[in-house]
Amino acid sequence: MRGSRVVAGLVLAYLLLPVAVVVGLSFNAPSNRLSYDFDRFTLANWADPCGPAGLCASVLRSAQIGLLATVLATVLGTLLAFGLTRHRFRGRGPLNALVFLPMATPEVVLGSSLLALFTAGAVPLGFWTVVIAHVMFCVSFVVVVVKARLAGMDPRLEEAAADLYASPWHTFRTVTLPLAMPGIVAGALLAFSLSFDDFIVSNFNAGTMTTFPMFVWGSAQRGIPPQVNVVGTAMFAVAVLAVVITTFRRRAR
Amino acid sequence: MSDLVLQGLTKRFGEFTAVDALDLTVPAGSFFALLGPSGCGKTTTLRMAAGLEEPTAGRILLGDRDITGLRPHQRPVNTVFQSYALFPHLDVAGNVAFGLRRRGVRDHAAEVARMLELVQLDGLGRRRPAQLSGGQQQRVALARALVNRPQVLLLDEPLGALDLTLTRRMQVELKRIQTEVGITFVHVTHDQEEAMTMADTVAVMNAGRIEQLGRPAELYEFPQTPFVANFLGQSNLLAAEVVERGAGYVAVRAYDNRYSVPAGRCRAAGPAAYLGVRPEKVHLAEAAAQVPAGHDSVAGVVTDWSYVGVGNRYLVRAPWGTELAVFSPNTGEGYYPPLGGEVVVHWDPAHAFLLDREPGAGDATTPVAPEPTGVPA
Repeated sequence: MRGSRVVAGLVLAYLLLPVAVVVGLSFNAPSNRLSYDFDRFTLANWADPCGPAGLCASVLRSAQIGLLATVLATVLGTLLAFGLTRHRFRGRGPLNALVFLPMATPEVVLGSSLLALFTAGAVPLGFWTVVIAHVMFCVSFVVVVVKARLAGMDPRLEEAAADLYASPWHTFRTVTLPLAMPGIVAGALLAFSLSFDDFIVSNFNAGTMTTFPMFVWGSAQRGIPPQVNVVGTAMFAVAVLAVVITTFRRRAR
Repeated sequence: MSDLVLQGLTKRFGEFTAVDALDLTVPAGSFFALLGPSGCGKTTTLRMAAGLEEPTAGRILLGDRDITGLRPHQRPVNTVFQSYALFPHLDVAGNVAFGLRRRGVRDHAAEVARMLELVQLDGLGRRRPAQLSGGQQQRVALARALVNRPQVLLLDEPLGALDLTLTRRMQVELKRIQTEVGITFVHVTHDQEEAMTMADTVAVMNAGRIEQLGRPAELYEFPQTPFVANFLGQSNLLAAEVVERGAGYVAVRAYDNRYSVPAGRCRAAGPAAYLGVRPEKVHLAEAAAQVPAGHDSVAGVVTDWSYVGVGNRYLVRAPWGTELAVFSPNTGEGYYPPLGGEVVVHWDPAHAFLLDREPGAGDATTPVAPEPTGVPA
């Protein structure tokens, strides 16, 4: 009993240590640009998170790309998941396998081949090429998550709804969609986090535009401004808050 | 209220014919049981009535109205599913109100409350299905269907997932509710006792066809076919030849013995017949001298005996090798022979019956083992 607790504690520490460093460094006033030592406590970084030129613009851009890619990938992925679980058609087997492909392909390959495609098609690189690229690999994750949810659903529930006077549209709206929703939400969250922190594919296809991961990468050459840690800590706080809220809401039911 | 009429109803899945040109009329307001082994087509029949399965051929009518082409949500018919199929994301009240909401019934709260009271679940409206016991879930499924006052309520093995005590209680309760609301119930089951306990009329199905239809007592006392004789309870069926059709009786010969049966209990048209008698209608005697006058008899040896509380079950091997099933009720009187004892099996000819037999078919007796249970269709 005690042994397993010790192991659990160690694993948790291993997982959270990097986060603790980020949180700590967000309150650091480094003595020089290339110093990663904790020199002096300060609230100045939190008071002025947009201090470094281009930081907040890149965060905003990543958020916009993330939201757009999430919405598009979730809609497309959910439709695809429904099609793959509910209908039998020619080519269903190969399609099932193809959906996995973007997940299995190394991102470097994905990024470079997309770049080749956009260049060959004379598509100007920038915001939209990154959105298109992100939707492409996010769709696969949404399909996998939503499909798992649909596969576990009792088909009798939809028959019961039809038996209780619900038209096909009503059945979808009042039974199928609410039951599939946890899977769809999980797929959307996954898509957003994948898009938001993607560096490799974005770096290939962004042209002169800079996303947040690209900003961090770029500034790492010259010394990462402590405000990056402020953004990281804030994002971590938002995620923790979301988990706490959903846990409490579930318990209240 | 109108009758549910099935005309030439057929369902084929590829090569397999699940339901074979079924003609059936379920009278309005009756409690009707479709009884049969798994795979006999009873659930497919039910699903076609609900609109969840499309018939290959035939028609389904409610009174004079043809509902064959209607989608499930357009039919005034509701179903209690075997697995209940309660909506897990809605609470009990939400489940029960589902059909009322879809039909735009105002003030459904009062209706829902009344229905929950009927199935004795008052006060549980805010619970989720997952927080209920199996018996309670079953009653929610019943309430959810009944609250719509359908013309016909279809029940697909509704008690299959409950334990024995609960099943017995729900049988009584279902019957009470049906009497109270007066809606036509069509109940699909593989459990003969369940069918006989609840239904006014039982249709025994086998291989996509109805073998016999009637009141439970009619079916049990005078079965139409060997299948019915052995699916509804057990029977000793001896291969016999009709030798004489006299005034008021039919005489047969089986294994060099002559037996007689009242003419009114003969369904055999040709010479090949089964002489049938139920295990509880036969008695055991120590010697031929103790057989009452007028009884028919077979001598044999007790090869198996089991004590089941309400009585004793015996297997008695006849001279030609067939084992006859005998059930002696535990009345405290009568003769209870030991294993290996020589006995005479005898019965009142009025309790025997004659069925058609395929020429060449041998004896058909059911083993004394407990009847098959727990295999849902």
